[in-house]
Amino acid sequence: MELRKYERLNEQVNICSLPNGLVIYVIPKKGYFKSAAVFAANYGGSDMRFRLAGEWHDTPAGVAHFLEHKMFDMEGGGNALTLLSANGASPNAFTSSGMTAYHFESTENFEDNLRILLKFVSRPYFTEDSVAKEQGIIGQEIRMTEDDPEFAVYQNLMKSLYAENPIRVSVAGTVESIAKITAKTLYYCHEAFYNPSNMVLCVAGDIDPARVEAIAREILPPEKRETAERDYGQKEKPRPASGLSDVKMEVAVPLFMAGVKLDVPDRGQERQRRELLMDFAMNLLLGKSSPLYARLYADGLINNTFSGGSTFFPGGAAAVFGGESRDPSAVCAAVIEEAASFASNSLRTELFQRLKKAALGDEIRSFNSLYGMCVRQAAGHFAGFDPFGSMEQIAGFTMEDVSEAVLGSLRPENLAISIVRPVKGES
Amino acid sequence: MDISRKEIMPLVALTSVKTDKFKTGCLGVTFCLQLDRKDASKNALLPKVLMRGCLSHPDMESMSAAMDELYGAKILPVVRSKGEVQCVGLLADFADDAYVPGNEKILERVISLVGEILLCPATKAGLLNSDYVASEREKHADQIRSIISDKQKYATMRLKELMCSGEAFAVDSLGKAEDTLGITPASLTEHYRRLLESARIEIFYCGSADAKRVEAALADAFSALPRSGKETCPVGTDIRTETGPVRYFTESLDVGQGKLALGFRLGKVMLEPDIAAILVFNAIYGGSVTSKLFLNVREKLSLCYYAGSRIERHKGVMFVASGIDIEKYDEALAEILRQLELCRQGDIEEEEFLNAKKSVVNELRSMMDSQRQLEDFYLGQAVELLDYSPEMLAALSSEVTVEQAVAVAKSVRLDSVYFLMNNERSA
Repeated sequence: MELRKYERLNEQVNICSLPNGLVIYVIPKKGYFKSAAVFAANYGGSDMRFRLAGEWHDTPAGVAHFLEHKMFDMEGGGNALTLLSANGASPNAFTSSGMTAYHFESTENFEDNLRILLKFVSRPYFTEDSVAKEQGIIGQEIRMTEDDPEFAVYQNLMKSLYAENPIRVSVAGTVESIAKITAKTLYYCHEAFYNPSNMVLCVAGDIDPARVEAIAREILPPEKRETAERDYGQKEKPRPASGLSDVKMEVAVPLFMAGVKLDVPDRGQERQRRELLMDFAMNLLLGKSSPLYARLYADGLINNTFSGGSTFFPGGAAAVFGGESRDPSAVCAAVIEEAASFASNSLRTELFQRLKKAALGDEIRSFNSLYGMCVRQAAGHFAGFDPFGSMEQIAGFTMEDVSEAVLGSLRPENLAISIVRPVKGES
Repeated sequence: MDISRKEIMPLVALTSVKTDKFKTGCLGVTFCLQLDRKDASKNALLPKVLMRGCLSHPDMESMSAAMDELYGAKILPVVRSKGEVQCVGLLADFADDAYVPGNEKILERVISLVGEILLCPATKAGLLNSDYVASEREKHADQIRSIISDKQKYATMRLKELMCSGEAFAVDSLGKAEDTLGITPASLTEHYRRLLESARIEIFYCGSADAKRVEAALADAFSALPRSGKETCPVGTDIRTETGPVRYFTESLDVGQGKLALGFRLGKVMLEPDIAAILVFNAIYGGSVTSKLFLNVREKLSLCYYAGSRIERHKGVMFVASGIDIEKYDEALAEILRQLELCRQGDIEEEEFLNAKKSVVNELRSMMDSQRQLEDFYLGQAVELLDYSPEMLAALSSEVTVEQAVAVAKSVRLDSVYFLMNNERSA
């Protein structure tokens, strides 16, 4: 067992690896009533094309998310959601482009709840009937998401930016794509991605790490299996695939999101550094404390929904900004202009120092949430870095690093824009 | 956890929760006001205008700079309703002294900044800065109009407006867009002065400092608060236990999924409300993943992606919200009501009942691990002058009998049904 210590924050993480390849992180937290556990697979909406046992497979959009829903069915007719809930836990799950995570928080019976979690996620049970029924429920979920303008503005931006990367496609898929999913598809994808060496278990609370390890050994299969190799398409050029998406929906004020592709490593500390650096740089350029934000806000071009940062996903990353605005094009032009003239003048240096202080506060704050820490640890594990080591990374940034991040990415020819305008009224 | 409550100035009470398990401190300063169409928009706009600038930080950039300097302290304007009491104010969260370099004292500086924002706003010719009023007025009106982007929220808001037409509860805590646009610097300033003199103020702190230290900092920061000692209008909620014939409302928008929202009055149980029994009833009916609505309407019949119930205990009403296939309106409505009927008849399995109680207890105990949730809980308690803790309510909930929960179900009356559907079908 390895111990990582974060002295200044008075926190630590216990790490242990099992022979089946599973890595377990236990974050001891004293004084909390609840404990949290996240059991996650390195498998998300983007993992549609993969090779297993020497053969390439193309699966429909939405399998990872569909699988997440169906994993809660247990052999013999039980449902893990009900079982955990009946045992005093609040269970849930989510699927992102790169991860499927099952989790619960509970104030009692932690060990039993952990057993249930590990059991239902590692033992699939599907029938053609239950799959057909789920198509109805997920179909409703997809419709609901399609009515959500914030989802639309993001998804349309990704479509405008990328030609091939699966981030173009919604994690839940479409009503048509999920109609192609069968029990067989689900069993196969479970086999391909839900093996312990492609998973991680993160626990936080007043918990004994040795007990967590013992329970994982007791429930999970002991042997290591082959993990699928994935394909996210060819490495893409910086130019956007189409550039502009402009649609109408039931909104009161136009909503927009604009962005550029970033060329980043797939894994490791350098990926983490690039993510933190881009977030920091965008904050310096257009965050709430920046001169640009104050100017656009005073001119009535943005409101407090405006923000910017980075988004990282399998096979790529993007720097994005957006919010509600009556004139999205004017905001984009102002951001591009500010980026082009981004220089390290004395005002900027002062803000740079202040934002480092603010970043420290944000980091401190993030240690309040047990569940949040578990999810961060899971994501860090899959991407090959220590998520709680970000303070050191940020402390090391120089003004030159930040200028380079801004100047190197936010070029007008690389910018894609997605706009959602009101159905009626102003055009 | 060490919880105390004390009146520290006339009509100003401090609730303090001392615990060192969090990495941050949380401070809420809230004006408790009678919800009323006439003033609601002004009340809601006020904290946003105050956040734009104060004496030592007269504009947005210097205000943001001050918060960055305090290790990214966040001070946000907050508006919400507890029944017919509109609660407006500021909510701050900030790094605990123990975790910042040199253990700098952050608490006093944050409290002093919050005091200055509330008491010494940026002014022009003796009135609240007219540029800030004009700018925030537009943005606030947009925020109200944008509720339509979130269809579920929109449906519940419309249901509330229609069902409680003629009652203060119909007024959304943000106010109305048209009323907001009519606010002038003079009218807002006059209103602001009146609040400072006479509104009841609830202050909440949760963090590692003891109540004495917080009180001393507050006494200093709020020494200029003009408390005249005059009696203020008491605030409260008009609870109606009677209902007439059920009213049905249908509206249409350009959406793919229908939203069905039902409004109920809790009825006679509100004459002497047993909150624990009400919470347990809600968890049985639709407030948990083991509830009848979740398991039957969603899981068994796949009639919708979500269906859940929520209690507004201060007003004694319950809302059921559900996203459904537009074609399935009759079926879904009948099923939602049938499940309530089963609760009324006591058709509740032992397991269902125990699960519901566990879910309530788990939720209340989990609240002790979140500063924001504690703040909201204690504000609700203060509004009704109740003094039990989440833990005590959890203990009471675990004692609730099935008869008590059924009694609540029997008292519940359907008041109104609201359906949001799409344009084509209504044409």
